[in-house]
Amino acid sequence: MENNIIINLKNVSVKLGDNQVLENLSMYIRDKEFITLLGPSGCGKTTTLRIIGGFLEPDSGEVIFGDHSVNGVPPHKRQVNTIFQRYALFPHLNVYENIAFGLRVKKLKEKEISETVKEMLALVNLNGFERRDVNSLSGGQQQRVAIARALAVKPRVLLLDEPLGALDLKLRKDMQVELKNIQQRLGITFIYVTHDQEEALSMSDTVVVMDGGIIQQIGSPQDVYNEPKNAFVADFIGESNILDGRMMHDFECSFAGAKFRCLDKGFGAGESVDVVVRPEDVDIVPVEKGMLSGTVTSVTFKGVHFEIIVDVGGFKWMIQTTDYEPVGKEIGLYIEPDAIHIMKKSKYSGLYGDYSSFSDEIDHLSDIEEEE
Amino acid sequence: MNKKASLGQRLCAAPHILWSAIFIVVPLLMVVYYAFTDASGAFSLEGIRRLSDYTTTFLRSLWFGIIATIICLVIAYPLAYVISQLKVKSQAVTIMLVMVPMWMNFLLRTYSWMTLLEDSGVINNILGKLGIGPFHMINTGGAVILGMVYNFLPYMILPIYTVMTKLDHSLIEAAQDLGANKLRVIRDVVMPSTRSGVISGITMVFVPSVSTFYISQKLGGGSFSLIGDVIEMQFQVSNNFNFGASLSFVLMILILICIAVMNRFGEKDENGGVII
Repeated sequence: MENNIIINLKNVSVKLGDNQVLENLSMYIRDKEFITLLGPSGCGKTTTLRIIGGFLEPDSGEVIFGDHSVNGVPPHKRQVNTIFQRYALFPHLNVYENIAFGLRVKKLKEKEISETVKEMLALVNLNGFERRDVNSLSGGQQQRVAIARALAVKPRVLLLDEPLGALDLKLRKDMQVELKNIQQRLGITFIYVTHDQEEALSMSDTVVVMDGGIIQQIGSPQDVYNEPKNAFVADFIGESNILDGRMMHDFECSFAGAKFRCLDKGFGAGESVDVVVRPEDVDIVPVEKGMLSGTVTSVTFKGVHFEIIVDVGGFKWMIQTTDYEPVGKEIGLYIEPDAIHIMKKSKYSGLYGDYSSFSDEIDHLSDIEEEE
Repeated sequence: MNKKASLGQRLCAAPHILWSAIFIVVPLLMVVYYAFTDASGAFSLEGIRRLSDYTTTFLRSLWFGIIATIICLVIAYPLAYVISQLKVKSQAVTIMLVMVPMWMNFLLRTYSWMTLLEDSGVINNILGKLGIGPFHMINTGGAVILGMVYNFLPYMILPIYTVMTKLDHSLIEAAQDLGANKLRVIRDVVMPSTRSGVISGITMVFVPSVSTFYISQKLGGGSFSLIGDVIEMQFQVSNNFNFGASLSFVLMILILICIAVMNRFGEKDENGGVII
């Protein structure tokens, strides 16, 4: 199974000035998979992509493509192509010539070029756009031209650097589906960079969660959501209540002043751990039936559900529920054993998971910032 | 944007319009008037008829202007590219070095080349100490062109540099990504994207080169007189304003034709030329 690895990064480190951008990063990418590098601004995801593309040489470590090292190989000699954040279409060329650019470099015959361009335009749903000026296209259309241009040269690996970042939400969702379709139809490897966890979860076969130049977790979308390795991953992907807890013995833990049955084992007896409970996994019950009880401090209507913040002994929990509970009401919380996920303590312990200072706005502000 | 300018806006524009009228339109009309009249003020094509005596001078001016412009372009384009690739701080310093000569008087700059190029001048002195030369450099066509290139080179570098700095680096990366090597990137991406700067640069070097007068007198020793020298002579020495105006008028038409031809090449470019 593992011999279909197409790209292998071994102990890659990059330092820009005093800033350690990537630290001893190792990972492999399988042929034909949709892999997403996910993380906040400055986590090193774009840097990793640029290293694979050949735009940046690592200070140390090896980049292996197929079965040979491509360290020092310039971008134009690599079998990878990139979709840039701002499309980077050539403004002096029309749609046809933009897509034909890579084919002309390869010195293909005019007939072959025009066939490929036509095929690519059909692939991205831009039939008949050949003679259009790229500057007159909308963001979504420019993005499609960029995709067609990169795919025209038939790369084995396509690198996508936050390609949907500049599009509005609706278009973004459509393009997500379309990109995934294209990837499956052409059967090529996509390496996708984003800070949008929802995008990562819905499109990828494999998600690589990064922070501070270090890979925090690699796994399928379900894995990283259900079994986050540490408090950072749990917080970055979805919403999480992360509590300081203790493992009593296998299948039993304690947190928030109570004992709970759980499905985790293999920790030392009495080991200090981080406990994750997803907001959608907490049931609201009458106080006397609850495992924990607390006071509702805020309710926000989110469409599909209410987001309720509950103060349980000073720790604020987030609960997503379809039942409205008024502010000030005393409620009981019930948590099933399979809703509890235990994580080893890490440097991220205690930084996330309490909703007392929660603000949507701050979350989004930090999303917008640019990497580099 | 399409709505009518407000009174305030029109008031703000008024001094400029007045200025343009008095110092640009009126003098132009005066040139045209003088060009088609004789000393008594009567309509005359005498000035235009006499132009044929100066065909060689006209051709030489155009020829020297073209050569100087080409040399400037050949020097300035790679230089501007290299400068634009430097770190921001080094860019500022280098651009300042390009501009420093412009702070000095044009006549002084040209005069100093005389002392450098003379048969017993600075360059021949140094070469002589090395056992080479001496070379005859002053009073040649080459010296005149050198003077033009030296004086007008910054006007070529600056507009090209300006468009180079605005060049989107991701375009270069995109081209590399699609398999283009360095030469191809420059030919297919850098050059087309910087055409507007090149056109401004060419205009700004060609126009003053064609109409210059001092350089040819000092560095050409009078044997390479250009149309600018002839015009100067008509005004300063012969006191024949009418013929001087006729020459200026025709020169202006020639320059306008050249610019029109240039702009045809740049037509597709919508960013417009950048004239500093």
